[in-house]
Amino acid sequence: MSQALLTSITVFVLAAFLGIELISRVPALLHTPLMSGTNAIHGIVLVGAMLIAGSADSTLEQALAFVAVVFATINVVGGFLVTDRMLEMFKRRPERPGEDE
Amino acid sequence: MTLAVSQTTINLAYLVAGVCLIVGIKRLSSPATARSGNVVAAVGMAIALGFTLVSPEIDSYWLIVVGVAVGTVIGVASARLVRMTAMPQMVALFNGVGGGAAALIAAAEFHRLSPSAGHVLPEYMGAMLFSALIGSISFSGSLIAFGKLQELLPGRPVVFAGQQVVNGILFATLLGVGVLAGATEAGVWAVVLLLGALLFGVLLVLPIGGADMPVVISLLNAFTGLAAASTGFVLENTALIIGGTLVGASGTLLTILMGRAMNRSLANVLFGAFGAAVPAAAGASAGAGDDGKSYREVSAEDCAVMLAYANRVVIVPGYGLAVAQAQHGARELADLLEKRGVDVKYAIHPVAGRMPGHMNVLLAEANVPYPQLYDMEDVNPEFPRTDVALVVGANDVTNPAAREDPESPLYGMPILNVDQSTNVVVLKRSMSPGFAGIDNDLFYRPNTAMLFGDAKASIDKLIAAVKAA
Repeated sequence: MSQALLTSITVFVLAAFLGIELISRVPALLHTPLMSGTNAIHGIVLVGAMLIAGSADSTLEQALAFVAVVFATINVVGGFLVTDRMLEMFKRRPERPGEDE
Repeated sequence: MTLAVSQTTINLAYLVAGVCLIVGIKRLSSPATARSGNVVAAVGMAIALGFTLVSPEIDSYWLIVVGVAVGTVIGVASARLVRMTAMPQMVALFNGVGGGAAALIAAAEFHRLSPSAGHVLPEYMGAMLFSALIGSISFSGSLIAFGKLQELLPGRPVVFAGQQVVNGILFATLLGVGVLAGATEAGVWAVVLLLGALLFGVLLVLPIGGADMPVVISLLNAFTGLAAASTGFVLENTALIIGGTLVGASGTLLTILMGRAMNRSLANVLFGAFGAAVPAAAGASAGAGDDGKSYREVSAEDCAVMLAYANRVVIVPGYGLAVAQAQHGARELADLLEKRGVDVKYAIHPVAGRMPGHMNVLLAEANVPYPQLYDMEDVNPEFPRTDVALVVGANDVTNPAAREDPESPLYGMPILNVDQSTNVVVLKRSMSPGFAGIDNDLFYRPNTAMLFGDAKASIDKLIAAVKAA
């Protein structure tokens, strides 16, 4: 087993445990925003798409990589913006005057 | 390349980005910090992407620049223009393209590495094929989920005889094709694998009913995360492994938590074809309807009087409220009633609407004060003391069959016990069944009255009538 693979596996296993640990106490009302937020995070695949697009040789690879960049960018940009729009609704509001009696 | 920095610097930046993603997810799981958590995660993403751009591995920028520009325009436009009610399908779509990107990366890497037979190390080959398989399933499955939620496809389960056997055989075949593609390194098998995985994604989601879509989207979200992590193994990139795995793991747990909120196991969601028994059940109850299963209609004026002179009112919002954009009206009505000294609460079922938390978001948008929102466990003991339960476009989450009828597909799901209130008024467009396609016995109870019409129009009438009362 190569050193690089061993490192990859180590990172993978630790991240897997961490991912489960991080959200184990999430309230139901945050299920949707959390799903949307993690949805944006797997847009990290754009890193891979960029690396491929920047070094593609053949036309086929360039075409595949280009579509991958477009797709992954939609995932990142759209994902974070939609999550933000959802969470905007949760912000604390100023007390409305005259409401407390 | 003058811009290029060393791989060590980039890996350090990836470490910082990874920490940001972790802190971001942590903050996303608590209401007070959620919004900042999303920002922290976005900053982490920006760090990872920014340092990737100056990587020595990149020789040419035009594909990246054009691709990012096109993707940004599409992403911003669709995120900005989508209505709050259409959020779930938008998340499905964003998830799908992410999975598609992972599959395409795998395909491009396969094409680049594969011509030399026996040359690709088995671990890279395995990771590549795994990305291609899972990414494609996530892509086509998410598109079907989108189609169902957008009502481009029938929301009801699409089932045929032997469906699970067909799916099982297809999946086994895909694994075989994967082994062939890996062993021969022949492009044709890789293409077969990609196409077969796309087909499998479609077949996996088609039999699942619309009401279960959030759970499915969450599962496919976890799939995309794993596909992304897998491309990280291929490209030996820690940012990809950290980001993808975090989503894969947290997404899997989130899927289980969502299922638990609906009292359904994951296997039951995936293979239960929830609501598939509907045609038979609906036929039976229509017949029963002829035998005198009758409902009572109430006018807005009568309903307004009931509300205005009640002591305790509980508003039960559902998808109908979301579709009609009636949340502002609901708040205005509640404010009016409170001014008259009526105690008003909102009862939030964890899966009311199309997504968990859907109702909280909508009511928060209408400035409904937090303390008036009650979770199911907290509000259920209140119903026996409630004078009027006003059900606004909610259906399946109020169906007493979930408590009483072991034959019902809903049986065992925790519901809001609105039927225990003195009076129930259901605001609904017609007598048609809910999203799960199951008839609701609540509508035929003696203490239930129906107020037909669009939720917003009905609430506006109620507001006018309460003012006059």
